[in-house]
Amino acid sequence: MTAMLDALDVETVRKDFPILERRVHGRPLVYLDSAATSQKPQAVLDAMDRYYEQSNANVHRGVHALAEEATEAYESARGKVARFVGADPRGVVFTKNATEAFNVLAYSLAANRLGDGDILLSTQMEHHANLVPWQLVQPRAGFEIRYVPVMASGPDAGTLDLAAFDEIVATGRVKLLTVTAMSNVVGTINPVADLAARVRAANAEAVVVVDGAQSVPHMPTDMLALEADFLCFSAHKMLGPTGIGVLAGKPELLDDMPPFLGGGEMIANVTLEGTTFNEVPYKFEAGTPPIAEAVGLGAAVDYLSALGMESVRAHEVALLEHVLPALNAVEGVTVHGPTDPSRRGAAVSFGVGGLHPHDIGTIMDREGVAVRAGHHCAKPLVRVLGSAATTRASFYVYNTLDEVQALIDAIETTKRFFAR
Amino acid sequence: MSSSLDDLYQEIILDHYRKPRHRAAELEPHDVHVHHANPLCGDELDLRLQVDSTGSSAPRVGAVVYDGDGCSISMASASAMTEAVTGRELADADDLGEAFRLMMHGEGLKREDDLLDGVAFQGVAKFPVRVKCALLGWMALKDAIGTYRDGNQEHRVTHE
Repeated sequence: MTAMLDALDVETVRKDFPILERRVHGRPLVYLDSAATSQKPQAVLDAMDRYYEQSNANVHRGVHALAEEATEAYESARGKVARFVGADPRGVVFTKNATEAFNVLAYSLAANRLGDGDILLSTQMEHHANLVPWQLVQPRAGFEIRYVPVMASGPDAGTLDLAAFDEIVATGRVKLLTVTAMSNVVGTINPVADLAARVRAANAEAVVVVDGAQSVPHMPTDMLALEADFLCFSAHKMLGPTGIGVLAGKPELLDDMPPFLGGGEMIANVTLEGTTFNEVPYKFEAGTPPIAEAVGLGAAVDYLSALGMESVRAHEVALLEHVLPALNAVEGVTVHGPTDPSRRGAAVSFGVGGLHPHDIGTIMDREGVAVRAGHHCAKPLVRVLGSAATTRASFYVYNTLDEVQALIDAIETTKRFFAR
Repeated sequence: MSSSLDDLYQEIILDHYRKPRHRAAELEPHDVHVHHANPLCGDELDLRLQVDSTGSSAPRVGAVVYDGDGCSISMASASAMTEAVTGRELADADDLGEAFRLMMHGEGLKREDDLLDGVAFQGVAKFPVRVKCALLGWMALKDAIGTYRDGNQEHRVTHE
């Protein structure tokens, strides 16, 4: 391919990611699994090393120099994250991952705010992290869970059925909407702000929860513009470390919620008779938090901000403009989800003739191409696509047009292998 | 341990994948139907077993068919399994399944001749994430025999 990607200087970006130099089964690594977890730039690794080498201490406790440095590093990361998504720093809670953020909301928000007669509205497109926690609290809280279906065919295949959405919203009973901003399977970008406005118009008390696990790493995010009350995402999908996620919320809503986990840090005063709680966000950060991970996340946010999220998005749209037609040109390949790059992110699920995703994934691995095969923790959605599993190639800032070609070549190799 | 794709996808395995033996959605009559799912990969397998309990000898595998949706390894292994166990006494089929399981876990090769084409799956042991694929059909058979012995006709299992 001779076409260029000019939104980012990809060759320079690639030099920042040490892992991209390694080989797999004797071939250069072609990493197309960033929707599962992204690779980490040297700046993130260095920031975490530097923290452990120079400033390691517990936060918010000691009066010594290291404790102050550690606290400053931790809180500065909170500030960076808040600016990155347009949140109030008081509403940025560090969790273990996006999954834990959803669990906080299920147990501390939904279980208290919703009851008999209320509808918690979710969609068929959601990751299990945005399905299971609500299902766990539902029997006790008594609310009803409804799901917006996903269009199975037609020009809008892989997008939400908005007519069905409106029908449910018209009941006026939707008290919580939880929806992904970008599908981890088919890449669909949902009209979150529009959905939020419609839900609020029908019920002024409704709160809106957005799953930003795929969108925050890949496109500019502003909670205000999204009309989101809460936004959940994970550091490891946005060039940061594992072990830390974010629950960003409106401080006044977090104030009203009871704590999720109890322990140190989240308290104001403890007696054997009872406890009063610290203010937000600390009320939701029981125990020693993931300090080095927060520092790593802060460095990841710096790295992405330096690239510019508009440029990150433009790079991925440019990749999509190549990869979607290239995949469609391969005989037997079916690409799932929106065909228009402007309506989707760079997680691309596809099927190859009668071949099973695990066979495709295994043979591609031998070619050095890392893709995901399976249900992508979104079984209800994958079922809509008419299969039990798909193969997914997902792209990020470090992926090139040569790697798009490597994917296509690997699909051809797989087809030849099973046709022989 | 070195491993090549040819270890995983032996010609015999691909042959079972392309030309499955005893692959059918029905078996009339049958004594047991089991459904096994591997949620992690999305593999699903239905196995129907007809037990031949006529005569004075121990009950045997009269017929066994499988159907499902899964990768080449899981479907080909189920196909090879049906050939290896048809006509065997239930206890013997169980024992053969155990020999296959040990082989897949790299714990030795027993009853090599009785496994027939099942021996070709030895190479899959070098691909740890695919071992469960090769075992799916055999686990379904073991479960079907157990279900029959318990006097039941149906059983559904989800593997973790």
